[in-house]
Amino acid sequence: MVQPDMTGQPGRGTPPPAGGVPSARAARLRRRARSLGGLVLSLALTLLGLLLVTFVIGRVMPIDPVLKVVGERATQAQYEAARIAMGLDKPLWQQFLLYMGEVLRGDFGRSISTGHPVAQDLRRVFPATVELASLGTLIGVCVGVPLGVVAAARRGGWIDQIARVVALVGYSMPIFWLGLMGLLLFYGILGWVGGPGRQGIIYDGMVPTVTGLILVDSLIAGDWAAFRDAFSHIVLPASLLGYFSLAYISRMTRSFMLEQLSAEYVVTARVKGLSERRVIWGHAFRNILVPLITVIALSFGSLLEGSVLTEIVFSWPGIGQYITKALLAGDMNAVLGGTVVVGTCFVALNLLSDILYRLLDPRAK
Amino acid sequence: MTETTRAWLLSDAPQTRRQARMGALYQGWLTFRANRLAMVGLAILILLVLVAAFAPWIAPQNPYAQNLAERLKPPSAQHWLGTDALGRDILSRLIHGSRVTLFIVGTVALIAPVIGLFVGTVAGFAGGWVDQVLMRITDIFLAFPKLILALAFVAALGPGIGNAVLALAVTSWPPYARLARAETLTIRNADYIAAARLQGAGPLRLLIGHIWPLCVSSLIVRVALDMAGIILSAAGLGFLGLGAQPPMPEWGAMISDGRTYILDFWWVAAMPGMAIFIVSLAFNLLGDGLRDVLDPKGGRE
Amino acid sequence: MQNRFPLRALLLASAVAMAAPVSAAWAETPADTLVIAHQIDDIISLDPGQSFEFSGQDVVHSLYDRLVDFDPLDLNAGIKPSLAESWEVSEDGKTITLTMREGVKFHSGNPVRAEDAAWSLQRAVKLNKSPAFILNQFGFTADNVDEMVTFDGNKLILKLDQPYAQSFVLNCLASEVGSVIDKETAMQHAEGEDFGNAWLSTNDSGSGPYTLGAWRPNEAVQLVASEEYWQGAPAMKRVIVRHVQESSAQRLLLEQGDVDVARNLTPTDVEGIAGNDELKVADELRGRILYMGLSQKDPLLQRPEMIEAMKYLIDYAGMESSFLKGQWKVHQNFLPEGYLGASDENPWTYDIEKARQILSDAGITSGTVKTVVRDIREYVDAAQTLQAAMAQVGLTLEIQQMTGAQVLDAYRARQVPVFIGEWGPDYADPNTNASTFAHNPNNADDAGLSQLAWRNSWAVPDEMNQAVEAATLEGDTDKRVQMYLDIQSQYREIAPIIPMFQKIEQVAMQQNVQNWTSGGSVTSVNYRQVTKE
Repeated sequence: MVQPDMTGQPGRGTPPPAGGVPSARAARLRRRARSLGGLVLSLALTLLGLLLVTFVIGRVMPIDPVLKVVGERATQAQYEAARIAMGLDKPLWQQFLLYMGEVLRGDFGRSISTGHPVAQDLRRVFPATVELASLGTLIGVCVGVPLGVVAAARRGGWIDQIARVVALVGYSMPIFWLGLMGLLLFYGILGWVGGPGRQGIIYDGMVPTVTGLILVDSLIAGDWAAFRDAFSHIVLPASLLGYFSLAYISRMTRSFMLEQLSAEYVVTARVKGLSERRVIWGHAFRNILVPLITVIALSFGSLLEGSVLTEIVFSWPGIGQYITKALLAGDMNAVLGGTVVVGTCFVALNLLSDILYRLLDPRAK
Repeated sequence: MTETTRAWLLSDAPQTRRQARMGALYQGWLTFRANRLAMVGLAILILLVLVAAFAPWIAPQNPYAQNLAERLKPPSAQHWLGTDALGRDILSRLIHGSRVTLFIVGTVALIAPVIGLFVGTVAGFAGGWVDQVLMRITDIFLAFPKLILALAFVAALGPGIGNAVLALAVTSWPPYARLARAETLTIRNADYIAAARLQGAGPLRLLIGHIWPLCVSSLIVRVALDMAGIILSAAGLGFLGLGAQPPMPEWGAMISDGRTYILDFWWVAAMPGMAIFIVSLAFNLLGDGLRDVLDPKGGRE
Repeated sequence: MQNRFPLRALLLASAVAMAAPVSAAWAETPADTLVIAHQIDDIISLDPGQSFEFSGQDVVHSLYDRLVDFDPLDLNAGIKPSLAESWEVSEDGKTITLTMREGVKFHSGNPVRAEDAAWSLQRAVKLNKSPAFILNQFGFTADNVDEMVTFDGNKLILKLDQPYAQSFVLNCLASEVGSVIDKETAMQHAEGEDFGNAWLSTNDSGSGPYTLGAWRPNEAVQLVASEEYWQGAPAMKRVIVRHVQESSAQRLLLEQGDVDVARNLTPTDVEGIAGNDELKVADELRGRILYMGLSQKDPLLQRPEMIEAMKYLIDYAGMESSFLKGQWKVHQNFLPEGYLGASDENPWTYDIEKARQILSDAGITSGTVKTVVRDIREYVDAAQTLQAAMAQVGLTLEIQQMTGAQVLDAYRARQVPVFIGEWGPDYADPNTNASTFAHNPNNADDAGLSQLAWRNSWAVPDEMNQAVEAATLEGDTDKRVQMYLDIQSQYREIAPIIPMFQKIEQVAMQQNVQNWTSGGSVTSVNYRQVTKE
């Protein structure tokens, strides 16, 4: 399982540019544009590196992709023919260049473990993961942020203690185990939620695909029964992911809030006689929004890439399961395609929080 | 402890360097000791180490002895935690498995932060293109889905406990590198570094003698907090069949074995699950307490 | 910035979401829909000329018809006419002429012609994908198949290079690679020289009882009944096969009434539902054999005494009654029960003392061998049981778990000292197993054969090689049976490949599901005869 990154460092850890001397607005904009350009360039470099590393791993891995294609009974001649057809007889650098050329044209090739074009597979599996991760993050934010704020405001109180235990238990639980137990209890015994998978089997393929997010698609189609069915299936795995997300978000919120609450302006505000509520929500909370958004983005990113085991336990046809399965079958087109998508999201989320940081944080100006 | 030692340790005006250092440590210990949850964590971990050290003497039965006639028996006087699918005593397997867990955690905790420390401080201290290159590499590894990268490594090297540890170490260093770099950037231009430089200290000496020691405390906090994650990742690899190989009683692999029987024989998966939970909770409690003591920023909570 | 608004809105939204009635009514599945939970992540193609995975063949079987087929309600009756109404064999036994049924149509509306049948066989040979060897056994090659397989009006003419037993040829034609494809439709979608392979991989172009509704890999296959089916429209109008990896999940779905059939329950889960009156379990003997191969490259394993001793170190009864319970039965012959000529003699038992005696007589008191097993529960448990037994006689077994692809890779390279795994027959004739277990024409490392005997580096004695070849040519079925019995008897004496168990598929289903068959030991699953009361 991938635990959320706990440093909570905004973006790539670049220190805010030292400011001080007020400069002309135009110059500031120009500088900001240049730094954004630099960010985009580094994003491209990171992605290229990501591709290269995945590619090399894929080629040195002792899993023979040809076997998956030709099967157990193939003769040597059939094997050779398939190997050449897959382009594996060419030197490695040539294979990489060919692959890059295809990727730039938007073609991720064909998966050997599903028989479908990788791009088509990804359009199917990625929304499943996005749906799960989004709902998980939503739960994490809705519960984690208030919990963290209250814990900081009543520091040392019983809410703070409970919040601490809740968070630490969240970090310590093997998610696949909790998932299995949850499925047994809430589906098998109590029957409160839907079973494994994204939908009841009867609803399979009944809602036309628009976004790939079944909750959204069923709303677009106006099919309430399908919506309820999909919701009953997603609620348990999303709550589990939400729990991990809330553990992280509540801890980070608490420590940001503590920092703010000890700041001078809070003391001033209190001296001025503002209500405690006003001080906490109106002043301190307002100031932690920017780092909090970064934390939430990172948490969302880690749910996107870190839900492999949840997906396996809940038969959730998401991208984590897709990449894992492909990896074990030596299906490198699928692994590369999947890694590019997940990596891009991660880098993009980082970039986004960087930009937000630069635009919104007064100290960064 | 006598009153005089205590007074010596807590003295406001330490006479020697040693007294000052010991005093600081003792202060830290007092803060740590006041944190009841952290003490619980520490106690559990000490227990774990003892159990692992004396496993062959503590375990009631041979963890490898099979008995197909006695399989899947519920907890009883003879088998306190029941038996697994091959009739092996689960308690004995858990006890022996604690060695595996400690091995994994210990090794990863030794390798990953050291790589991270090295990469991060060099990047932060050297700056320029070295920084750029090293940080791009770090970013690439960060952008990778972590478990999948570990899977790929294990698949490439072959399954086994040693390779699983290596894979976890290789995938978990980037956050340490980030952290170390950030720390280095804040102290790089400090006066005393400049002073040391003026005294003629070379870059390597500055790095090892002055920068590394200052980065270590925040790294230790981070490691303590990450331990649980490492245990869970190792269990995840075991769960996917790529970690420890049979018949080694690795806890994650034991859960994986037990999930087949989860509906009727819950204890086979639940017991190792509980073990993992308790140990990672202990690490988290410890880490939380350590952060209060060591982390100068968020500290003294 | 007004910060309180979004937070409150979020809280409100989440409260609404939480409070919404979560449990939709778990009605049972619709009366005309069959819902199945199964592991179907092995499907990579639905082209009959390429598909060679268990689940893929299950799908192909319902999308297409073959020239001859088994009756799903009476599998033991053997080969029956299907798209071919009748057939006759020439005097010299080297030509078979099949007469096509009139009036049958493909899903496209095109008539099923002898031309389609001939083209389907020709393209399978020319495509040369995994299952092509089944047809190539009759001497077909990409170069000669246009002359060997021809049609004339409504007759399909097959020329064979040897006078093979009629049962052998028909059994092969009943396998999925013999499916009849709609030539016109397939060729409309052909790309280059692929004979429509890319298109057929994800689409159907057959005349079978079902058409393909949808296939989402690793997720689900949906079949829709063909109302015009020539043997009568199936009762189940929709068949949905959902990929569910875990047995526990399949069982939960079944118990909740969300699926009608669960096909991959473990023995403990089958036992677990025994008390449930709403459910029943059907046992069906399948063709798969769980065996142990001892590589003859290994200096220790190549000693005859070692081979002999290993046969007594396997706890057959112990495994059969524990983790294999109800799903594998002891079977120590390479021909599975249900096949022509299968032997039912199981002479070996678990006998540590005897093994120790054999080994000490030969001076073997210690040694280490390695096994590479696939990360499948049963295999790993079997390996661990063997490991414990071998330890009792001073032998060490090192177990290494790997993924299927990695194990196969090592096995193909003849680098697995002790192999524990399954073999599934490719077609319904005894030659399918005889030719792989007991036939190895060239034991050289660079021969690159796919026979199990070759993979275990076992140089099969010449007389056994010849006996296997001769059995395919014997026209008299009784004599053919005796030939196979003799081969198996000798095999038990000398072979370093030890068949241990035969698969029993335990299919759990709702009480109202009738006439289910997974295909027995000879064919694939059939849905068209299934009904629900």
